[in-house]
Amino acid sequence: MPTTRRIAAAAAGTIALALAATSCSTGGGGDVDPNADISEQTLTVSIWADYYPEDLAEQFEEATGVKTTIVNHTTNEDIVAKLTASADPGIDVAFVSGQYAQALGEQGILAELDKSLIPNEENLYPEALELDYDPGNVYSEPYAWGTTGLCYRPDLTGFEPTSWNDLLNPKPELVGKTTMLSTDRWLAMPALKTMGYSLNTTDDAELEEAKTQLIETKSTLLAYDDTTFYSKLVSGEAAMVEAWDGWCNYGIAEDPSIGFVIPEEGSDLWVDTMTVLESSENKEAAMAFIDFILDPEIQTWVAENILYKVPNQAAMEALDPALIESYPTLGITVDELFEQEVIVDLGDDTVKYVDLNAEVLATN
Amino acid sequence: MADPTAPAATAAPTTTAMRELDPDARPRAVRRPRGILVPLWLGYVFLYLPILIVVVMSFNDSSNLFVWRGFSLRWYPELFENREIMQGLVNTLIVATGATAIATVLGTLLAYGIQHYTRGGLVRAFAIAPAILPDLLLGIGLLTFFSLLTVTLGLHSVILAHAVFATAFVTAIVLARMANLDPSLEEASRDLGAGPVRTFVRVTLPQLAPGIVAGALLAFTLSLDEFVIAFFTTAPTQPTLPIVIYSMVRFGVTPEVNALASLLLLVSIVTVIAAQRLTRLTGTPK
Amino acid sequence: MTSTLDRDAPAAPPTRVRRGLAPLPFLAPGMLFLIVFMAIPVGLLAFYTFFRRGRFGGIVFEFTLDNWVKLFEPLYVGVILQSIGLALVVTLLALAIGYPMAYAIAGLSPKWRTVALVAIVLPFWTNFLIRTYAWILLLNNAGWVNQWLQGLGITDEPISMLYTPQAIVVGLLYMYLPLMVLPLYASLQQLDPALREAATNLGATPWRAFRTVTLPLSLPGALTGCIFVFVPAMSNFVIPELIGGGKTIMVGNLVRDQFFEARDWPFGATLALLLTILLVLVILAQSAVSRRLTEGPRRG
Repeated sequence: MPTTRRIAAAAAGTIALALAATSCSTGGGGDVDPNADISEQTLTVSIWADYYPEDLAEQFEEATGVKTTIVNHTTNEDIVAKLTASADPGIDVAFVSGQYAQALGEQGILAELDKSLIPNEENLYPEALELDYDPGNVYSEPYAWGTTGLCYRPDLTGFEPTSWNDLLNPKPELVGKTTMLSTDRWLAMPALKTMGYSLNTTDDAELEEAKTQLIETKSTLLAYDDTTFYSKLVSGEAAMVEAWDGWCNYGIAEDPSIGFVIPEEGSDLWVDTMTVLESSENKEAAMAFIDFILDPEIQTWVAENILYKVPNQAAMEALDPALIESYPTLGITVDELFEQEVIVDLGDDTVKYVDLNAEVLATN
Repeated sequence: MADPTAPAATAAPTTTAMRELDPDARPRAVRRPRGILVPLWLGYVFLYLPILIVVVMSFNDSSNLFVWRGFSLRWYPELFENREIMQGLVNTLIVATGATAIATVLGTLLAYGIQHYTRGGLVRAFAIAPAILPDLLLGIGLLTFFSLLTVTLGLHSVILAHAVFATAFVTAIVLARMANLDPSLEEASRDLGAGPVRTFVRVTLPQLAPGIVAGALLAFTLSLDEFVIAFFTTAPTQPTLPIVIYSMVRFGVTPEVNALASLLLLVSIVTVIAAQRLTRLTGTPK
Repeated sequence: MTSTLDRDAPAAPPTRVRRGLAPLPFLAPGMLFLIVFMAIPVGLLAFYTFFRRGRFGGIVFEFTLDNWVKLFEPLYVGVILQSIGLALVVTLLALAIGYPMAYAIAGLSPKWRTVALVAIVLPFWTNFLIRTYAWILLLNNAGWVNQWLQGLGITDEPISMLYTPQAIVVGLLYMYLPLMVLPLYASLQQLDPALREAATNLGATPWRAFRTVTLPLSLPGALTGCIFVFVPAMSNFVIPELIGGGKTIMVGNLVRDQFFEARDWPFGATLALLLTILLVLVILAQSAVSRRLTEGPRRG
């Protein structure tokens, strides 16, 4: 099918048609057959680097006979760009954050999950089935979740931060010793929350106000850092960083004095999800993989490996209490998490945040 | 003698150096004051200090890159156990080989065609353009192009993309070589009744060989280290080595990366020496 | 020694064959390849700049000039000017540092010349990301330079060097300095030493000989080197990200972000095209100047 269409499109120059075809032709993966023999399928899974137990592929292969390859992506943006640009990216299961699962789902890139193949969904917290970006988990099952807060070295800050303001308008001695996330919605979030606005706001005046604050904050920062902020804490370059809770744990692992706090103004509830691509030829194996992860034993193992909270009640209850003691962020309760706001995709208004980010980052 | 610095810098930066490997006679050096070497040494310090740090840290026993904790070779075996790096390396070698093969053939033919059949600079400029186009433009252009044709991305798309700029570099170098050739041989061949293709294969090609080898080497080298175009045109399942390194560098470097860099450097040095020996052995037709 | 871009290279065969289809087997494959995989993709980008973004990337085919108008928003003008400024500083520094280096190399004996040149090129053959990363190890507050400075008692407190525009300049300079040295060397070693000797014999001081003989003749090489450095420095997006701490962004970052973060392909394409147009203008200007330098006197 793609060949003839390609020639026709190229010859006629009907570019619009071809582009429409890009999204339609992703439907080439075929329907889900619950009785398919998955051991004859092969599976390619794309996950963030260092976000899964090293021998995850081997474990799944052993359990099901499905030959499994795990590849890494760096950011949501990387994988989403590739998924939308390529008719068949060669991936069966993609891990993306909730708001991206929502966007990809609406775009027809994701397959609807066949719940009969994912019985382990019942292990999830009931709350994890009602998340705003994908109510009922039509396209996605949650893999890990958490919030964003301040990760800090008390010996360098000299106090216990409690508010986003400690980051946005730092004390003079902390100037040049803090970092912020610059990606996607996390740049604006602290400012929006401090001002009492929703982190999903699309109100121009509110965004303008946040932008002004963020530009002011910029001159006090050591750097923007989305990936290595914890090592800046460990090395002492930074005293306090905006961080995802699980990622703060990588700092705590090297320096137990590091603390984490959810600022009093509130924060986000982010969810990293597992999705199956519509273009996948191995949907049954893909869903079996998701089901495999949702198995309590497996997800406990995942949580202990990546030090992130998982939305799996049975798995969290089985977690080693000593681990929670070492990594207090693992002890954040579901109730505490749900006091935070879920990030949802904003459709066409996403561009407002893109512009805001660009302006803040480009202003000196 | 032609002007060496004529417009717009299309020659590959390294071509000059490649040509240096060629033991062609060169004007004798003039003695100059010693102090003149000071800036040169300072320049080398600047160029090699970071590399030195990387090499030294590849033998560091600690995984903390800011602290020296003693000599260890442990990162080298760990490097080879790193599946991701090894896969990236294999992918990169596949891409570089494929792109070099395409570019060497196309570039050599183009250079010959340009030299013999075109008068103005237009075709030449077009063929060499990819060498100076911003890689970013080529990368996103190809991404949108492949996306439009619903081509599945993968190593094949990176090979094609790399072949584009590699062809330009091969063309440039072979053209440079061609300008040094003695045209009378070709003429003699034609006078004796050989057609253009036959003349090309039997007479021109052997004479061009050193230029073609240099062009292919350069294409291969550039492809090995190319990041931006590969970043845009590969599938997430098939990262090349620079892409793997990019994601490692972004997430904070592990010491294996230092070991990798040191090994790459070693391979480069060995290649240079080997290439030099080789050019010396084959010599150049005068 | 010839460069690749001499038009009408004197060594070219005096008789050019133009017989019907004869050129085809040589020119057609390569030209076809470059048309399909360079001209069409770039043309496609140019075409896309006149349409609207699709919500998830891609394109909606409604004609618009918005993308071009958007370029003139202060935000983007600012980033473009800043990129030009940074690339210019890098180029001038590279010239100032690279010229003496190339001059020194040109004066070496042929054997040492080769060694010196290989040493200039060698850093290119380790991965550029690792080399960039090495600067983080060096310039970091906890990094080696600060450790040495403090160890030698020169400073007490670490000096912040990383994550500044200056750090970006150092990173870019490091990356592209060899591209300045090589063409400069090519033109300097080309100079006939007899010329300079003649000047000296006629009583010119070494400095005067340098100024009146060497410098003017090496100008084309310097211009080429400037292009080699300016062009890639202008579109680099990795160095601002890694050693600029994300606080200073350049045109390259904008383009990348439009494609990945913003999923706004038309505007990303517009920015990339603008970048290319700027660079082509610079190259044209360079080649005009250099033609005047080399051919002007002869053609009168």
